[in-house]
Amino acid sequence: MALTQAKLDATEARLAAMDAPAQGAGWLAQARGGAVARLREMGLPGRRDEYWKFTRPDSLIAPEAPRAAVFEIDEAPMFDEFDRLKLVFVDGVFDPDSSDDPSLAGVEIERLSDVADTDIHWARDLYGVLEARGQSPVARPLAALNTGYAKDGFLIRVTGRAERPISLIYRHETDSSDAILHHVVRLEEGAELTLLENGPAAARFNKVLEVDIADGARFNHIRAQGRDHERRAATHIFARLGAESVFKSFTMSVNGVMTRNECVIELTGDDAVAHVAGAAMGDGDFHHDDTVFVTHDAERCESRQVFKKVLRNGAVGVFQGKILVKDGAQKTDGYQISQSLLLDDDSQFLAKPELEIYADDVACSHGSTTGAIDADTLYYLRSRGVPEAEATDLLVLSFLAQAVEEIEDEALREAITARLDAWLARRRG
Amino acid sequence: MLEIKNLHVKLEDDDTVILKGVNLNLEPGKVHAIMGPNGSGKSTLSYVLSGRDGYEVTEGEAWLDGVNILDLEPEERAAAGLFLAFQYPVEIPGVSNMTFLRTAVNAQRKARGEEEMNSTEFLKLIRERAKTLDIDADMLKRPINVGFSGGEKKRNEILQMAMLEPRMCILDETDSGLDVDAMKLVAKGVNALRDPNRAFLVITHYQRLLDHIEPDVVHIMSDGRIIKTGGPELAIEVEKNGYADIKAEVA
Ligand SMILES: Nc1ncnc2c1ncn2[C@@H]1O[C@H](COP(=O)(O)OP(=O)(O)OP(=O)(O)O)[C@@H](O)[C@H]1O
Ligand SMILES: [Mg+2]
Repeated sequence: MALTQAKLDATEARLAAMDAPAQGAGWLAQARGGAVARLREMGLPGRRDEYWKFTRPDSLIAPEAPRAAVFEIDEAPMFDEFDRLKLVFVDGVFDPDSSDDPSLAGVEIERLSDVADTDIHWARDLYGVLEARGQSPVARPLAALNTGYAKDGFLIRVTGRAERPISLIYRHETDSSDAILHHVVRLEEGAELTLLENGPAAARFNKVLEVDIADGARFNHIRAQGRDHERRAATHIFARLGAESVFKSFTMSVNGVMTRNECVIELTGDDAVAHVAGAAMGDGDFHHDDTVFVTHDAERCESRQVFKKVLRNGAVGVFQGKILVKDGAQKTDGYQISQSLLLDDDSQFLAKPELEIYADDVACSHGSTTGAIDADTLYYLRSRGVPEAEATDLLVLSFLAQAVEEIEDEALREAITARLDAWLARRRG
Repeated sequence: MLEIKNLHVKLEDDDTVILKGVNLNLEPGKVHAIMGPNGSGKSTLSYVLSGRDGYEVTEGEAWLDGVNILDLEPEERAAAGLFLAFQYPVEIPGVSNMTFLRTAVNAQRKARGEEEMNSTEFLKLIRERAKTLDIDADMLKRPINVGFSGGEKKRNEILQMAMLEPRMCILDETDSGLDVDAMKLVAKGVNALRDPNRAFLVITHYQRLLDHIEPDVVHIMSDGRIIKTGGPELAIEVEKNGYADIKAEVA
């Protein structure tokens, strides 16, 4: 389909504002070139696109990033108490001085900008490849833009059981920063890794994470997207799962005027398990969009989507979630729930849950609800002496708990709950 | 301690009148029981006293140690020393019993200008009090009332009462759904709290609870009014003959 003139113009305007990526070795230059070509074909998202019906892409595609003030807060950085390998980015550029030496037993870690001149690399079969696979049946132009222009990021190959989590820390220090990062993770057979991510990253952040999980491997991902009120982010996860592999991803989001988190999961090996969950809290000028697409293309796989949003003072939450069960993906177990808790009448939750099933022996369910605080429950807590505001916050945590409980590790689960709690407490004053 | 004077209550949403002039004087150190047919307004009385929405007080007062609590928010009434053990305790997923109780204890202390209890102190106290009610560590960690059996929920209400140490305790059918052993446990929990400075109002349908928690005064409520007041023997009479005779007698 030919692009509209408006779309062409918007796309070219955006590309004209970009620095050309470093050329690099054949494979990387090729991957980047391919991505730019893909992007030109589909054009950047526009307001009329069905897939952007609930979220206005304007600020995410504008040639310049809208400014975002850096949020100062006296609080220990997220995950500080955990033993982990820290890799720090400042406004989208890796900062070796604040980072740990990137070496970990059973794991190869390379910086994208360092491998640009390597002729052949394991990542050549993955960089931009999973992203490209994820472009059908729905286009994800911001991810193609990322593949074409990302200069930094990490290529992580896990061959054993990583003894510590890898922690990607995204600091935001400049009001006008516009960051693009692209990471690739490959878990070899039976390998295991926990990946942590936190921080606002930049005024505007475009991130792609491609994860290829071989048979029997396990990938755990916990992300805390936070803080800076004016930050904007468009992120994509593209995951491909082999037989009996496990993918678990949880995202906590608070604040941020514009967030679009897409997660594209392809179950290609039998008996694989993919869980993706999110807990988001927004107050005021907050727009948060979770867009998930799970494709079952193997037998007896399980997928689970659990998304919860708490919205107040005009905050907007969006959920678009799809489970596609391909012909032959028998015994698929697919579950999807998206729920919002609206703390006032000004806030809004827009959901589009979808199932598309071509196999005959499957169990799939989805549900979406919008609700308010339950008066009887609130009264019960207040009758024990808990003041209304505090009681409301306990019920907010109660509401989010189902998503937070998707985090397997107890310490991480508690760390996330503590953050949610602190955020609520700050608002109570 | 709690003096209820000529309390008239209707539903907020329509003209249904539920309480039609209730008078009760609950003295410190005493256990009062209220019995009465289904729908006579016993739970409504307890809800109105503890501040639940949906009711309108059209007349009357309820003085707790010199304060008309009907003007207070539910949490203020709790901090003032009022406690209601619910007929139907609410389930709250995702918030542990322990977290909730600590929040409640400290919120009340804060409201009264007292120092908050630190976690060591709190843990020690809750373990001790939970033990008396046969509530194990696992139940304390579990989300509030979620998946609790009927008996466990009622025991949990009494644990909350024991931790919050209210001066005016209202128990709404705490015996319903309890087996004999659980009822003894609950009664033991309540009796442990009996104190010259504390008053109890026990709502029940059955004499058997009153065998274990011996009341000083028994009231019969019917159609939104206390129609008869007497000693423990009144409960025995109800158990034997039902309410028909009493109703006829006052009619
Ligand atoms: N919120 C409400 N909405 C509608 N009706 C109500 C409400 N609360 C109480 N009522 C009505 O008021 C009357 C008294 O109810 P209440 O629950 O106080 O009775 P009770 O004496 O506790 O009965 P039981 O012994 O069955 O527990 C009943 O007819 C009940 O249906
Ligand atoms: Mg009742």
